[in-house]
Amino acid sequence: MTTLLERILPTVQKPARYVGGEYNQIVKDKAQVDVRVAFCFPDTYEIGMSNLGMRILYGVMNNQPDVWCERVFAPWGDMEEQMRKHNLPLWALESHDPVKDFDLIAFTVGYEMSYANILNMLNLAQVPLHAADRHDLKNIVFAGGACMYNPEPLADFIDFFSLGEGEDSTVEILDLYRKAKAEHWTKDQFLLEVSKIEGMYVPSFYEHTYNEDGTLKAITPKNGAPKTVTKRIVHDLDHAYYPTKDIVPSTEIVHDRTNLEVFRGCIRGCRFCQAGFTYRPLRPRSVEVLTRQAKEALEDSGNHEITLSSLSTSDYKQLEELANDLLDYCAPRKINLSLPSLRADNFSRELMEKVQKVRKSGLTFAPEAGTQRLRDAINKNVTEEEVLETCATAFEGGWSSVKLYFMLGLPTETDEDVLGIADLVYKILKTWREKATNRKRGCRISVATAYFVPKPFTPFQWEAQISPEEYTRRQRLLKEHMPAKSVDYKWHESSLSRLEAVLARGDRRLGAVLEHAVLHGAKLDGWDEYFRYDLWLDAFQACGIDPDFYTRERSEDELLPWDTIDVGVRKQFLQKERKAAYASTITPDCRTQCTGCGANLLYPEGPCDA
Amino acid sequence: MRRILFEKTGNGIWISHLDLMRILQRAFRRSGILLKHTQGFNPHAFVSLALPLSVGTASRCELLDFELAESEAAVDTSSLPERLNAALPDGIHCVLGYDGGRKLKELTHLQVEVRLEYDQGVPAGAVDAIDSLFHGETLVVEKRSKNGPVEQDILPMIQELIVSQEDGNTVLLSAVICAQNPSLNPDLLAKAVSTHLPDLAPDFAKSMRIEMLTQDGTPFR
Repeated sequence: MTTLLERILPTVQKPARYVGGEYNQIVKDKAQVDVRVAFCFPDTYEIGMSNLGMRILYGVMNNQPDVWCERVFAPWGDMEEQMRKHNLPLWALESHDPVKDFDLIAFTVGYEMSYANILNMLNLAQVPLHAADRHDLKNIVFAGGACMYNPEPLADFIDFFSLGEGEDSTVEILDLYRKAKAEHWTKDQFLLEVSKIEGMYVPSFYEHTYNEDGTLKAITPKNGAPKTVTKRIVHDLDHAYYPTKDIVPSTEIVHDRTNLEVFRGCIRGCRFCQAGFTYRPLRPRSVEVLTRQAKEALEDSGNHEITLSSLSTSDYKQLEELANDLLDYCAPRKINLSLPSLRADNFSRELMEKVQKVRKSGLTFAPEAGTQRLRDAINKNVTEEEVLETCATAFEGGWSSVKLYFMLGLPTETDEDVLGIADLVYKILKTWREKATNRKRGCRISVATAYFVPKPFTPFQWEAQISPEEYTRRQRLLKEHMPAKSVDYKWHESSLSRLEAVLARGDRRLGAVLEHAVLHGAKLDGWDEYFRYDLWLDAFQACGIDPDFYTRERSEDELLPWDTIDVGVRKQFLQKERKAAYASTITPDCRTQCTGCGANLLYPEGPCDA
Repeated sequence: MRRILFEKTGNGIWISHLDLMRILQRAFRRSGILLKHTQGFNPHAFVSLALPLSVGTASRCELLDFELAESEAAVDTSSLPERLNAALPDGIHCVLGYDGGRKLKELTHLQVEVRLEYDQGVPAGAVDAIDSLFHGETLVVEKRSKNGPVEQDILPMIQELIVSQEDGNTVLLSAVICAQNPSLNPDLLAKAVSTHLPDLAPDFAKSMRIEMLTQDGTPFR
């Protein structure tokens, strides 16, 4: 007889994403392991399996012989409907066992719009949402990831947060849990000991009190918890675990290729970019290690594409050497090498031609702002000349399509800056007319504008997000002035970025809003098919919370919900950078001159460069 | 041209046709065997699957036709199943590899099995009633087509069909049906039962391809 799951699968889209069984998935004998981890990614399989962090930690955890880590993803709506109808609890892909049977439930969180999925997945797993309602050592829920530097909106639901890079700290958590389980500790005992591990933040050990105006009054640590928790970093990337024998999905995922992480951190310091500050300090991998990892991973996966990833790959000092080594291996094997996040300022023609030998990929720039003044204010050190020069080179080399990304609503932005975007697009079109060698298909320029969201741990963490009305006005203004021919202009709707802004700088009072929204159907907010702003507005109203409170400008002496957390970059540095933004003064990149952000103190063995 | 006979079972049945193509190509790379590719900026491999299989249907008789790069001329096709199996996910398993093979148009019939599951046990008289249904004058079933639902008499496309009770909960239909021009989706055999014998509608039905056949009933290879 078939199982319930087998009977449901024919009724849902893309059933392969729900059964596991992929090449290189790790299966262990559950009778032989001590600790079982349900590693959850709060979005669909296609997104989660594209996440490098998840792949790394899956390997790190399963390298422990007595630990079995399995994967769990958010089901698509059709599957969720069937699960609820048939009371089928959320399962892990490898064993198909229910998540509620696991010891530890881990989440890796990459962006705010997946918060609802975390709650929805716990709900689908039939695990109590509130940390306080889970009393045992079983089903300890913890979270980490790039978006967990202000985890406060999730404080009610997650037992502890693992801050920073997890290669080392996850092993320490597992060691502690193994001991706790063997010695039958209580959950409280376990959390107390977890809080002593560097980088672990136990939110229930901190009492938050508020002023009458709603701002934070005090954060009081309890149970001997540290006043601040400092994120963890991996010190030696060359010797850190990196997955080269990796799961190869049986169904197409978003990033369906081998991913080679060349360095962590970023030398640039764009003032809007959270990752640019929270991923510091800068630590590279060597060309030798990268080349070896690339070959191992390509041979083992059978992938026909490899990509170099980092926050700014063209800043890797030995990029040319690496690209040459990789091309020597890839070209005869028909493997495509793609280089994302290349910056306009040093995208060399030579490198472009080399890559083109295998396969031509698109040309993408993110000037982020339309005028030099505003680009200086946000420290995006790209000049118009550089963009146009690079485009000219590309057009001469046969490229005919360009993608451009901008933000609207950046601090100090005026209408002149908005119209500067259209102006830059005109100049690129003009460059194409002058330089293009391949005119057959015409020039295609895709322009996308996003609605700026101020993020914690950036110089703009105190800034207001402009109102949705003002954003829409600027977006329409740009639309009116954008050349219609050859340009495909897309913009983000205001509602999603508004919600993102609320959650990004939220405090723990938003937990009630999250719970209300999820229990009333909010899920998969990152997907147009499912995002329902009305559910969130209802939730804010029901909980008596004004979303505008969270998008307002903060005073620099206001206590911030994320002040418990230390990412290495000092607050004084962020304040200095904010002032520089107002003066439209650029700060040189870390390679030119150390800016004294403070993150290098996490990395005494330095040098802080890639 | 070289050919591989493989099975698609277990978790593998949920893999779509396009995904299967990608999986097989990757398996070749993983095994260190280079397929022949088209020229150009976006090269693609010379691989094709005979008779695409619906998602959710198992099979013991899938065929992959392919060509290897010139540098691989010395590779013995009969050695490929073993090499590929080490590189394939759960549920995709190569059985046989050989050079050449019959032309696809000679593939005319499929031997299939359809299992009708009854959670409360197989109802009394079910086997006889279902047997009569498939041995009448006509058997009209609604099938989905590009232009919406179409009524179709499926009996002309059933060469042979034997009904038996496999266990207390399962009725087994073992049939030989048309494979091409026209083709019959084996799921329609279960649908015929649900449509015409609603009291005997199974709680679940699943199909499996057992063998590809030529006009004279011998296995297509």
